[in-house]
Order: sequence, then structure tokens, then C-alpha cells
Amino acid sequence: MPATVDQIFVICKHWLLGFAPAGVQPIFSALLSVVPILVVFPLLFAITTVLERKGLGRIQNRYGPNRVGPCGFFQPIADGIKSLTKEDVVPATADRVAHFLAPLLLVAAAFLAYAVLPIGRNMVVANLNAGVLFFFAVGSMVELAVFMAGWASRSKYSLLGAMRAIAQMISYEVPLVLASVVVIMAAGSLSTVAIVNAQVGYTGIWPHWFVFTPWGFAGFVLFMIAATAESNRSPFDLPEGESEIIAGYYIEYSGFKFALFFLGEYLGMFATSGMAITLFLGGWAAPFSFLTWIPSYVWFFAKLLTLIAGFIWIRGTLPRLRMDQLMSFAWKFMLPMTLLNIFAAGVWHFMPAGYARWLACIALVVAPFLLLGRGLQQEKKSGIRSYRFAE
Amino acid sequence: MLGEGILKGLAETARNFLGSYVSKDRLTTVQFPEERLPHIEAARSFPFLVYDGEDWQQGMRCVSCLICEKECPPKCIFIEKSKDKKPDATGKPQFYPVVFNIDVSVCMSCQICVEVCPFDAIKMDVEFELSTNDRFGGLLWDKERLAKSNAYYGKIHPTEAAAVDAQLAEERAKLEAKAKLAAEAKTATVATPPAQPLRETSETTEGSGA
Amino acid sequence: MTVSFFILAALTIAGTVAAMSLRNLVHCVLALTLGFAGLAALYLQLGAQFVGFTQILVYVGAVAILAMFAIMMTQRAGAVAQPVFTPSRMPGWIAGGMIASAVFAVLAWAIHSSAALPKTLPPQALPSQADAGVRAIGNALMHRFVLPLEIMGLLLTAALIGAVLVAMQEQQEMP
Ligand code: SF4
Ligand code: SF4
Repeated sequence: MPATVDQIFVICKHWLLGFAPAGVQPIFSALLSVVPILVVFPLLFAITTVLERKGLGRIQNRYGPNRVGPCGFFQPIADGIKSLTKEDVVPATADRVAHFLAPLLLVAAAFLAYAVLPIGRNMVVANLNAGVLFFFAVGSMVELAVFMAGWASRSKYSLLGAMRAIAQMISYEVPLVLASVVVIMAAGSLSTVAIVNAQVGYTGIWPHWFVFTPWGFAGFVLFMIAATAESNRSPFDLPEGESEIIAGYYIEYSGFKFALFFLGEYLGMFATSGMAITLFLGGWAAPFSFLTWIPSYVWFFAKLLTLIAGFIWIRGTLPRLRMDQLMSFAWKFMLPMTLLNIFAAGVWHFMPAGYARWLACIALVVAPFLLLGRGLQQEKKSGIRSYRFAE
Repeated sequence: MLGEGILKGLAETARNFLGSYVSKDRLTTVQFPEERLPHIEAARSFPFLVYDGEDWQQGMRCVSCLICEKECPPKCIFIEKSKDKKPDATGKPQFYPVVFNIDVSVCMSCQICVEVCPFDAIKMDVEFELSTNDRFGGLLWDKERLAKSNAYYGKIHPTEAAAVDAQLAEERAKLEAKAKLAAEAKTATVATPPAQPLRETSETTEGSGA
Repeated sequence: MTVSFFILAALTIAGTVAAMSLRNLVHCVLALTLGFAGLAALYLQLGAQFVGFTQILVYVGAVAILAMFAIMMTQRAGAVAQPVFTPSRMPGWIAGGMIASAVFAVLAWAIHSSAALPKTLPPQALPSQADAGVRAIGNALMHRFVLPLEIMGLLLTAALIGAVLVAMQEQQEMP
């Protein structure tokens, strides 16, 4: 019985597929896989916006939205109606085509990333051999969309925002990918499905998630930091720092296009969280062996919501970084840490199982963390700033 | 250690988050339309025109001197001065504004008009729920919309109004005394019955009594 | 298969032609990106997932952005370049076209006569190769081609260090 509940969506899909004539079956099958994703994740976006606002409110000792519907939970509907009915203003000098295409490209890229996320047992749109690579490739398309938005608006604020966004995304893409390399090494595959399958087993009641190893834990933390920066969320939200460049690259967008940017940003955040779950938190696997009767997709979404709550918590806590802090953090801390983490994963792989392996790996992760951390903190003295201009 | 401060901060925000569900006094927000904070005396929103007595048209203190119109920084006051004079609340014939408009969508609540008015005719209101669905006409307030009684002024800014009332009364008393002296001097020298007294209304007698 | 191939090929060619002929340089780069993406899709269609995704990651994600930055740093954004098709430029176009077709001919001849390409592909060969693609590339890079890979890595690292040195020197010259 649990198996049926677990596979209910897969069974439904096959049952529905039975009605389609043989000729259109591949297309129909793809539709049946894609449409739920197109429905579920925007819904999750709507729920997240209101949860985020309420959570941030509570963190700041306020109520948050509580007027529309019960406890304010219909707020996203009101917001949606508002953004749909708002005037769509395009700046007179804007590059209309690029200005129009940028939000679409952003959302399309964000949605594409879900193709390789296994959200349940046997529930993945496309089980690609190079799934992880696909994920990062699609993620890099976001940069192009951001650049198009910033450049096409012909506004200095948007251009500055886009520059910042791209500098930040390129810098943090390196640690993001390097942090996930350890998992690829351990699982021996680039396929997301294979990576999850490598984490499904249990020792006693404890799961075999990669996060429960020294390199996995470090990798997870580094991955999440880089993911926060990739999705332009606080404390790495310089590209949209409203106190300096108002809203960054999407300042010239209004109405529904603005909503699309918002959607794209959140979808990107969910996708990277989903990737973190797939890589480090065992994907759809239950956290204890006696909980496996709960369907796999429930576990995936539970983990996803937990990570989102973490994102909100971080956003409510930390102030925004400065550009030089951001960059030196990326290149002087994240990059060496991820490289050393890869080394630690290698050591883990080649040492025989036992306490010695644990100790060696923990030492390999913690010692550079302490040293690099000290190095970063000693840099606090700020001297005279020198400005350099492009000739 | 790197990250220590972040953990401390996270603990603090978590305490805020959970605490806001446990103790109500953490949440300082006032749920506005249902609950209201007590009115603050020094609050101000937009100017209004003070009138004495019951009839707003007759009792309006403004004498259309146009000083506020000139001084208003964003130039949101528009006054049309009357050609004739009408008796004011004290019975003295005065000019009066035929049109007195303030565009509150432009007004920046700077209170300069209040400071410069020599007749204490314009004061700051405290009303702030002013939304309207007519974005132009609804925010251009005319004389009638602006006129509010001195009693209302006394209610919203008691201390300030008391001071203004006292000062006005004093001025009137002085005038009264001067007029009396002048009258007496006249009677003494010319020994003829005095001409029309300058002021003779209930208001003046009240003033001299005080 | 053939239909999608022709659509993708048309897309790629349209992108690259637009990249040459559009007047606004930023538009050119965007069109070039379209060409890159079309190329990546062609790779994917051939079952070369790794190459296809790397193409997107490197070309769409990095090279296009780099080109944009280069254009924006050197030229005022929005400045309109001169028209591309003018009678006076015709000799240049003809010469360029001739060189391009010569290069294409040489490449085509080289590939066609290469021993690496089996003359007749068994129809079932493609999918099975695709499944092993990533692993095969990894094995090839780590065993047979490990030396070229390392040398290339060293070269790139040296270039990186060189760039950092150049940048640092410039900063020291600043008063
Ligand atoms: S408060 Fe200031 S802005 Fe408003 S009417 Fe008076 S002088 Fe003008
Ligand atoms: S409100 Fe005061 S300053 Fe303004 S016109 Fe009337 S009397 Fe003069």
C-alpha cells in the first residue's frame, strides 16, 4: 500500500498515457511530466512569498500581512491581480525586444532547471546522464537574462545592477560547482537520479546522506552559501540593493514583467535548494529508516520548505555585504575551501573506513576554515580606497 | 571564529520569531483601523482655517492678507481677496477671502503658513485619513472644507490653543483699553459724547472682562 | 530527426548571420548567443550531452557575457555602428566569403577523409554511445589525454596568474 501511495503520480501518469494514441505518446508523456511542475512550483512561489513576509515580520516583531483572507494567506492572489492589472511601462529609450525577452528567458531558464530534479521516487522529468551539468548550464543562462534586462532598460541603475549581478553570479558559480563536485566524485555519476540512489540506504536507522560526512557537511554549507549568492538573496542582494541602486536590473520593469522577475528569482532559489537536497540531503529519501512509509515526494517538499525557511531566516538576520567583501569572500574563502573540500573527499575515498578517516577529514575541513576565517577577519581594517576607472 | 557572529544573530532573530508568538508585548504594531493610538498633541497633518463663534463664514479669522500664500514653499495656497469688507467675529469690518484653496496633494505639512499668519487664522490639523478616489478635485480643499471652529482647535491642540486664546484676548483687552483712554481723553477735552466706540460686541466685552 | 535537425541548423545559421549583420553590437552578441545555443542543441541531438551542456555553460554562460562586457567597456552602449552592407564594403564581403568557404572546404575534406569517422554509421550506434558519453569522456580525459589536459590546465593557470600580475602592477602605478 505505501508503495502505491508513493508511486501514485507515476501510476496516474501511465494510466493517463494509456488514453493517448501511440503517435502522440512521447509528446503527451512530456506534457504530463512538465505541466505539474509548471503548476506546483509557481504555487509554491505564491505560498513562499506570504510565508516569507510573515516570517520576516515575526523576526522583526511585526505581524506581517494579515488582512487578505484568513491570516493573510490570500495575499499572493491580491498581489497577482495587482501586478496583472498594472500598467506595463517600457522606457522610451529601452531596447524593446531585449527588454521584453529578458524576463521570459529568466523564467524559462529557471523552469528548465527543474527538468533534472528528482522530486520523488521515479519522479524526474528527464533522467539525463549529465544532469548536474545540465543544471549548471541552465543556471548560467540566468546571467544572460539578467544582463539583457539591465542593458535593455537603458538606465544606469539597471546597468549597474546587472554588472553587479553578473560579477557576483560568475564569482559564486565557481564555488557552487566545485562544492557539488565532491558529491559527483562520491556518487561516480553526473546523473541526479544516480546521485539520489547512492544516498538511499540506511545503517541502522541512520541514512546514508552525503551531508553526514565531513566533506559532505562542508560541501553542503558552501553550496548553500554559493546558492544564496547565485539567487541574489540577502545578504548577497547587492544587485538589487534598494538603498543604492533601487532595484538593480529590474528597476525599469513594471506590472507583469516585474512579477515574472520575481517568479524567476524564487524559482531559481527553489531549484538550487532542490539541487542541494538532491546532492547532499538524500533527495526524496526519508531521514530515518522507519519513516520510509511516508511518500518520497512528501520528503522532498518537506526538505525544500525547510531550506526555504532557512533562506528566510538568513534574510531576516544578516545585513547586506559590501561589494569588496562579497568578492573577497568568494575568492579568498569560498574558492580555497571548496578546493580543499574536494581534497578531503578524495582522502575520504582512499582511506579505509574507521575513526582515522573521520578525524583526517574533519581536520582537513576545520583547520583551513579556522585559518581562512582568521585571515578574512584580519582584513577588517579599511585603508584609503583607491578608485580605478576604465579608460 | 568566522561565523560566530552569524550564529549569534540567527539565535537573536529566532528568539524574536518565537517570542512574537508567545508574548504579545513584543509586537508593538497597532492594528490600525480597529485599534488606534491615543492622539498626540504635537501631531500635524494639513492646515485648516480657524473661525470664531458658530458661523464659519462670518467668524473666519483670515483677513486675506496673502502672507501665507506668499510664504508657502510649494505654493499650494491660492487666495482671492475680497473687494469689500465684512464685519468679522468681533464686528470689525475686514477683508475676507472669497476663495481660499489649499492643494493638500502638494502641501508638505511644513507649518510655515501657520508660523507667518499674523492673525492666528490658520492652524495645523491632525486628521490623516484623507484618501479619496478623486485624485485632483478631492485633494483641492476649498474654504468650506478648510474651515474649522476654534473649539475644534482647542480640542486637538489644547495647550497651543489656550496660549493663542489668551494672547488674542490680551491684545483685544489692550485695544479696548486704548479705545477707552482715547474716548476718555476726547470727552475730557471736547466734552462731547464720544463717537462710535471702536468695538462693541459680546466678544470684546468678554475680552475686556478677562 | 531530420526535421528537428533542419530547424536547429536554421536557428544556428540565422543566429550567426544576424551576429555578423546586425548594426547594434550588443544585439550581435545576443544573436551570437542564439547561434551558440543552437549549436549546443545540435550536439544534444547527436547524443553528446556532455559537450552540449558544456557548450551552454561555457559559451552562453561565460563567453557571451565576456563579449558583452568587452563591448560595453570599449564602446559606449547604444552607439550605432556603421551599416554593414554598403557597396564600398562589397570587396571585403566577397573576400571574407571566399576565405570562409575555403576554410569550410578544408575542414569538410579533412573530416571526410579522416579515419576516425566510420563511413557507414550503424543506425543503433548513436543512442548507446550517448549513454556512455560522460563516462567515456571522463575516462579519455583521465587516461589517454591526461597529459594534454594537465598542460592545458597549467597554461590557463599561468595565464590567470599573469592577468593578476598585470592588474596588480597597474594598481601599484596608481598614485
Ligand atoms: S503647511 Fe507648508 S506647504 Fe502646507 S500650506 Fe502651509 S506653508 Fe504651504
Ligand atoms: S490665513 Fe493668515 S496669513 Fe493667510 S491670508 Fe489669512 S490671515 Fe493672511
